[in-house]
Amino acid sequence: MIKIENLTKFYGERLAVDDISFNIERGEVVGFLGPNGAGKTTTMRAITGYLMPTDGEIWVADYNMRKDPLKGRQQIGYLPETIPLYTDMSTRAYLRFVARLRGLDRKEAQKRIDEVVEICRLEEYINVLTGKLSKGFRQRVGLAQAIIHDPEVLILDEPTVGIDPLQVVQTKELIKELGRKRTILLSTHILPEVNLICERVIIIHQGRIVAEDSIENLSSILEGRQRLRLKINGPVDEVTENLSKINALSEVSYRDPYYLLEFPIDQEPQNEINQMLTRGGWTLLSMEAVELSLEDIFVKLTSKREEEQ
Amino acid sequence: MRRIFLICEKELGTFLTSPMAYIVTAIFLALSGASFSTYLAQTSYSDTSIRGFLEAGQLLILLFSALLTMRLISEERKLGTWEMLLTAPVREYEIVLGKFLSCLIVLGGMLVLTLFFPILLVILGDPDLGPIFTSYLGLILLGCSSLSIGIFASSLTPNQIVSAVIAGGILFGLWFLGPVGNLVPDPVGEILSYFSLSHHFPGFMRGVVDTRAIVYYLTVAAVFLFLSVRSIETERWR
Repeated sequence: MIKIENLTKFYGERLAVDDISFNIERGEVVGFLGPNGAGKTTTMRAITGYLMPTDGEIWVADYNMRKDPLKGRQQIGYLPETIPLYTDMSTRAYLRFVARLRGLDRKEAQKRIDEVVEICRLEEYINVLTGKLSKGFRQRVGLAQAIIHDPEVLILDEPTVGIDPLQVVQTKELIKELGRKRTILLSTHILPEVNLICERVIIIHQGRIVAEDSIENLSSILEGRQRLRLKINGPVDEVTENLSKINALSEVSYRDPYYLLEFPIDQEPQNEINQMLTRGGWTLLSMEAVELSLEDIFVKLTSKREEEQ
Repeated sequence: MRRIFLICEKELGTFLTSPMAYIVTAIFLALSGASFSTYLAQTSYSDTSIRGFLEAGQLLILLFSALLTMRLISEERKLGTWEMLLTAPVREYEIVLGKFLSCLIVLGGMLVLTLFFPILLVILGDPDLGPIFTSYLGLILLGCSSLSIGIFASSLTPNQIVSAVIAGGILFGLWFLGPVGNLVPDPVGEILSYFSLSHHFPGFMRGVVDTRAIVYYLTVAAVFLFLSVRSIETERWR
């Protein structure tokens, strides 16, 4: 349904997206994951036709976005990162404008507005100026405008950013519901977000795809590891050297002022660490378990890929 | 075509629900009226023409074109709606023409309200109607040029104030090419004058409809509308 071949985008000298390719089949719900500045928004803007790629081709529902941009765009519902609202229009007037812009006639527009207002639960806010809505409701109006013409493809850029936790849950359910009969690509920089909604994940970092897999497979790569963060009063070189000698630890690194240790889930290196500290006469100031952050996952996936090559 | 009207309709709605258009219209009418009546008083009511209104009106149209158009594209960029508009199945020229048309209608509305001046003259005196008709034609043509320059300026920046300043710069720059052209010896002076927004207006005031003047104003409008479309198109490649 969405096919991207060798997409590259430069902003002047700066390379934002570097030769990426992927395919999204009809009906798939795919998470597009990456830290800020990874190139997610740029890729989505290229798919929706807002930006022209420097190089590469994009097809949406078999329309080439370069040659057939209008037909291509008609297949897409798009929620940009900044929710596009005319703040001086009511929800109804705004949705009517978007519907008509998308080619619906007056009657169809009216019918669809009623439908999307029900889907997005906006009934009470239909006559409120969009500028007066809270962030969560703005988001829903944003979703409503994206689905007003009943598109086959939905592109959602960070649909849950900046709204309160309860609304995040509702929005996720809404997206899940929408995903039953549509192809969805949604971006986020929060890992747990995709677990609930997406079947497949594409991870992008510094403009390149570092991983593309089902949620289950990705989790198995990342799980089975534990991490500890230590603060030790002692000379860095010596402490690092001694820590590296402990067999149970698979990785030792120092990021001022912490030592980061990594080891398989079935190992218990704490005793050995204690013994080492006593031997050296160093004091342990703190020790805590850390979760893998998205940033760490990227580093891991990137280095894993480099090893493979 | 349908989408041009749709965008025009939406913009008109915004004009009518925001105070901007009303304030602009009110000040335009007040200043035009002041100029209109001052002139009549100065000539001891011997010259029953709308000359007073026209002298001020030309410059007011330049100024208010910059103000009416400044938010057209700039604001969309700021609100983020620009991204929605450019990813909808709409062509760039449809957006530009729709917005242009809406401003032209607002400007037309302002000028219709000034018909009060000639009507007053007809009731109280015996004005020459020919120059009045041609003058209004001239004002509309001048408006077309000014508005398209304003839209072009608005397509360059998300900041409305910057947009108004750019538009004002281009408009008054083109306006003062005329007086500058008069100082410079021909043929350079003549060429400068021809490109000036001010050079072609006096003819309409005298009741002369010069094809060159019509072609000039419409060409300026077309060129800047085209540049606006290009400015939007190149944005996608940036």
